[in-house]
Amino acid sequence: MSVLAAPEIHIEWSALAPVLIVLGAAVVATLVEAFVPRQARRLVQVPLALLSVAAAGLVALQLALTASSSTTAAAQGNLAVDPMALYLQLAIAACSLLGLLVIADRTVQGEDAFAPQASAVPASEYEEQVRRAGWTQTDVFPLVLFAVGGMMLFPAATDLITLFVSLEVLSLPLYLLTGMARHRRLLSQEASLKYFLLGALASAFFLFGAAWVYGATGTLNLYVIQISVSSVTGLSPILVVGAVLILVGLLFKVGAVPFHAWTPDVYQGAPTVVTGFMAACTKIAAFGALLRVIYAMVPGLEWSLEPVLWTVAILTMVVGTVVGLVQKDVKRLLAYSAIAHAGFILVGVTAYSLEGLSGSLFYLFTYGISTVGAFGVLSLVREVDSDGHMRGEATGLDQWRGLGRRSPLLAGCFAIFLLSFAGIPLTSGFVAKFAVFGAAFGSGAAALGIVGLACSAAAAFFYARVIQVMFFDSPPDEEVRLTTVGPGIGVRTLGFTQIAIAVSLALTLVLGIVPGWFLSFTEELSSLLMLTR
Amino acid sequence: MTVSAYLILASILFTIGAVTVLVRRNAIIVFMGIELMLNAANLAFLTFSRMWGDLTGQLAAFFVMVVAAAEVVVGLAIIVSLFRTRRTVSVDDENLMRH
Repeated sequence: MSVLAAPEIHIEWSALAPVLIVLGAAVVATLVEAFVPRQARRLVQVPLALLSVAAAGLVALQLALTASSSTTAAAQGNLAVDPMALYLQLAIAACSLLGLLVIADRTVQGEDAFAPQASAVPASEYEEQVRRAGWTQTDVFPLVLFAVGGMMLFPAATDLITLFVSLEVLSLPLYLLTGMARHRRLLSQEASLKYFLLGALASAFFLFGAAWVYGATGTLNLYVIQISVSSVTGLSPILVVGAVLILVGLLFKVGAVPFHAWTPDVYQGAPTVVTGFMAACTKIAAFGALLRVIYAMVPGLEWSLEPVLWTVAILTMVVGTVVGLVQKDVKRLLAYSAIAHAGFILVGVTAYSLEGLSGSLFYLFTYGISTVGAFGVLSLVREVDSDGHMRGEATGLDQWRGLGRRSPLLAGCFAIFLLSFAGIPLTSGFVAKFAVFGAAFGSGAAALGIVGLACSAAAAFFYARVIQVMFFDSPPDEEVRLTTVGPGIGVRTLGFTQIAIAVSLALTLVLGIVPGWFLSFTEELSSLLMLTR
Repeated sequence: MTVSAYLILASILFTIGAVTVLVRRNAIIVFMGIELMLNAANLAFLTFSRMWGDLTGQLAAFFVMVVAAAEVVVGLAIIVSLFRTRRTVSVDDENLMRH
């Protein structure tokens, strides 16, 4: 009789520390929900969430600074602790720290952005009771922490099943968070259902693709797949089908056309504070995973996958820009802007060169930071009803007329974020666009670069239109003036949002005016990565 | 039975699931279609696992089952809360947001 000896499992705890800190804090936060009295929960949850994400970011920075050139595989080869993973984890931690500040903010009356009880039926007696009792839903903090943990795993995963699990760990909390808005709850629940059904559909595609790739190569590990893909002479159709299905799943998360249908609805319906967090961090995480998968598969499948990626990139830029031009709602406008930006980043990804990789990494960080700031501004412009009660965000473009005269500081910040999205010089958006389009021209993908330039020129119109509405349109009539308020004209919050806006504004400007040091940082990371391939 | 028979079955199941998602209007049925797609992927994993004589595929199927269970929890929570608000789970009625 032989004793079943478990094989030695080696896990590099220190290299995985950023993820472990966040997921550990998420578990603790769940326990806090269960055991800490309701009045004290918020006081515990907010510092716990902020500190754990900050700590994870610092550890990731420390690891990134000491990272050697070689790719370090961790957890039995399921995760990579290479410069790219650490950089993206750092970017996700930074953006989610700012996002958490916005999420944790509330008005001085004690109302945050979330329904007091998400399970209560809107406009029911129970909801009214809960609202009057002043309950707040602190479950959002563990949910956000789980999502951040999944996001940090996503770009580090080098195994298709790890990739799938972290995709779900990041998605499931987001589906719930989307449906928890305090105001306009029907819209929020509808967005949640749409996001869930389409997201689950996309992960089913991803999974089926993973099964076929496994069938074609006999492994789920991306590095082994990379080797066996490039050694196959005749292309196996099974492999191509699998790779395309995997890309469909990832492109959905990125919000690329034709898998973008969820983006505007979810961005509009979700609580604005969640939209900001989700828009920034999901994009970084999903592009990280996409980069890893593409760089593993494209060398062998160049002729099959490149046309797909080119088509998607061009469609994404064009559709995002053209449909964005006719939007009347600021949140939806930013959603289409997010789609267009996904296309711009795809240009850098598709360039498949050192410059392309470095440009995409730079783009992801700067875009994430500006996005959190922009949605932070959006969350401060609110409606009030005739009794003076604060309502949801005023997102109609009409309601923003003359905001620049009534609340110049806020409108000024928003204008700078919009200029960054538009890619105007002296903002980080310009440097990022320059980097990815330059990479496209440099690597023989000039067509992509030209479409990208044309689209950013067209997109500048709709950003300019918002700026025009805010600063140059006639001041609003009495009705709008009374029902739309912002900081300094009615909205008073604890100030967390303002801190987040200030930090992201500072980063947007600093990375726009003196981008050199950061660009050389991402270039160095990318060259380390390219060496190891 | 050859391997290809199982793979064809998996593909048929996946297609049925995908068509269900596209044409059915009840959110619960749509969700069932998605679960069917996940199970089709599981069948493909198991078949390839047998084909390669490698346990990784079977392991993957276990992970998928656990994740699918978690997805059911979240999905039904969303659908139930929506039903209590609107008294309907038809995805056609979810049209508050338009372009």
